[in-house]
Amino acid sequence: MSAQNMIAPGFSDPVFQSQAAFRALLDALSEPGTLRRVDGDITPPEGMEAATAIALLALADYETPVWLPQALRDGPAGQWLRFHCGVTLVAEPGQATFAVIDGTAAEPTLAAFNPGNDQFPDRSATVLVQGAALEGGAGVTLSGPGIPGTRDIAPNGLRAGIWAELEENAALYPLGVDLVLCHGDGMLGLPRSTRIEEAR
Amino acid sequence: MATLARASRAEIEALLGAPPQHELLKAPETGTVMLEGRAGGAGQRFNLGEATVTRCVVRLAGGRMGFSYALGRDGRKARLAALLDARLQDEAEDSALHQGIAALARGQAAARELASRKAAATKVDFFTMVRGE
Amino acid sequence: MYVAVKGGEAAILATHDLVAEARRGDPTVPEITVAQIREQQALACARVMNEGSLYDMDLAALALKQSQGDVIEGAFLMRAYRTTLPRFGSSEPVDTAAMAIRRRISATYKDLPGGQVLGPTYDYTHRLFDFALMDGESEATPRTAPAPLDAAMPRVPDILGAEGLMEPEVPPEGDPAPFDLTRGSITFPAGRDVRLQSMARGDEGFLLGLGYSVQRGYGHSHPFVGEVRVGEVCVEFVPEELGFAVDLGDVTLTECQMVNQFQGSKDVAPQFTRGYGLVFGHAERKAMSMSLVDRSLKCREFGEAAVYPAQQDEFVLYHADNVEAAGFVEHLKLPHYVDFQGELELIRRIHKEREERLARQNEDLPEAAE
Repeated sequence: MSAQNMIAPGFSDPVFQSQAAFRALLDALSEPGTLRRVDGDITPPEGMEAATAIALLALADYETPVWLPQALRDGPAGQWLRFHCGVTLVAEPGQATFAVIDGTAAEPTLAAFNPGNDQFPDRSATVLVQGAALEGGAGVTLSGPGIPGTRDIAPNGLRAGIWAELEENAALYPLGVDLVLCHGDGMLGLPRSTRIEEAR
Repeated sequence: MATLARASRAEIEALLGAPPQHELLKAPETGTVMLEGRAGGAGQRFNLGEATVTRCVVRLAGGRMGFSYALGRDGRKARLAALLDARLQDEAEDSALHQGIAALARGQAAARELASRKAAATKVDFFTMVRGE
Repeated sequence: MYVAVKGGEAAILATHDLVAEARRGDPTVPEITVAQIREQQALACARVMNEGSLYDMDLAALALKQSQGDVIEGAFLMRAYRTTLPRFGSSEPVDTAAMAIRRRISATYKDLPGGQVLGPTYDYTHRLFDFALMDGESEATPRTAPAPLDAAMPRVPDILGAEGLMEPEVPPEGDPAPFDLTRGSITFPAGRDVRLQSMARGDEGFLLGLGYSVQRGYGHSHPFVGEVRVGEVCVEFVPEELGFAVDLGDVTLTECQMVNQFQGSKDVAPQFTRGYGLVFGHAERKAMSMSLVDRSLKCREFGEAAVYPAQQDEFVLYHADNVEAAGFVEHLKLPHYVDFQGELELIRRIHKEREERLARQNEDLPEAAE
């Protein structure tokens, strides 16, 4: 139990804080591309953005396997998640309900995660992408449900091929994974229904 | 933890005294645990239904962690039981605190025995009536 | 078709006040407390816990108080509350062999090890009113035996099983985690785990009626009560952060093992088969009904034809849930003004057309002789 002694506290008020986090996620995904801030008043474990940690505290539990990059899985982040959420950490991306990926890492690609099935498209994975920033990068234009006309975003610190992967993901609709970009206490939703055009 | 789960909040409060300095790692939270049974008592597992459970995890100033998981919805009891659980880990086996737990356990065992003796009073004593030759 | 209607808000708010008054009854009579219901109406609480599928005596008592004793409304409150709670996980399967027995009887063996323990039961009462209860009850002083019950109380089917005369009850390969019908939709044919979960939360009256139908010949069953046992069982749970089982405390359970004849088939020698019932609290009628229907639903496994309602899993499982059933039956109270208007106009048109047709036919008839 000695290693556990280092674990940081979770929500101080689990009911209301997880409700607030859920509301922020719902807003982020229902109005894609809008910046949402979460305030969970927690110290995230090493390697995890506050927004990622708060989202997982609200969403993950013993019924939702989580995939983390190896360094996080074997480190304090993995231990913190198992302690607070009771989750099983899986090594195979396809088994995960929630996943945290590093925006710059080449692997795993979005196609490695579970896109759901025809009977239950909702049983797909939600991927939390940790990037360098939610603005200041190369701009893209979003359109689709939840967006009046178009909306421009410019997240920073994402791998070059991510927009092409998202296009493939959107083509699977109604299947496909949903993305939430996380940095600091900010999050930005990119559900499978959103169409993305790179600025030329 | 089994004794604390069955103890009342008042009993735990009396035993713990003034709560020590601590932080809440997992604030008291009420949820459920799905109770499983087995078909025929020994066969295939099935979900019987849920029960309310309240849990709490604390850390004392010295770093010692205390846990509480018990049936019911008493968050205050969960917090006090977790504090007591943490304290007990640092106390000698013959300390007053451990003796207090042992006394609670004895009380619970005595209550179980009394219930069993009441049930035993309703045990059927069959006798056979011999009729004819 | 459902069409939104607006209005009636003031009327609805007024019903809330009125139902509160109706629930309170005559204010000169002292108000009942939740603790009184929990302690003095424990069998009603057990039914609310079972059909609400949530073990919590205090909440069951509150549900009964709030619903004026309407058990199904109470179960609905439990179900609604349950959906607001996070689930920490699943317990270890409860071990009913280790139950702290309060009642245990068998209709198959007179001298079973551990004995017949009648416990608290209405079975041997005369069903005559005790008018003394009208004016308050005197304190009960139950007898105590000098010694507690035997520590080991073997389950009756295990005794028959040792002789090889009883259908064995063993976990399937790998002892898989059970299906949870609160998480996924049921498919048919339903597995035993789904059937047992569905019946454990099912309506007592519905299962009682089905169990009765089985006995009356709608199910080819010749049951005996192998054993009914009531008592406390400890709940063990393994929190992920601890990695070992923790004792969460005790729950009261009722278990029924029904023993049935089975004539055998091509593959299986004649033997006894069993039906199983396990429920929250002291609820024997429910546990017995469940075990009767459990056995009749096993017809497919034994190669018996499924011709009666109690043998058809789809019929039983889709209709056992009284919260679902009450919702669908009672939704008929909701405004259907537009649907009904449509039907009304249809009937009026048919009437009109019919009258016109009859009128035409009358005109076409040759003039009757005056």
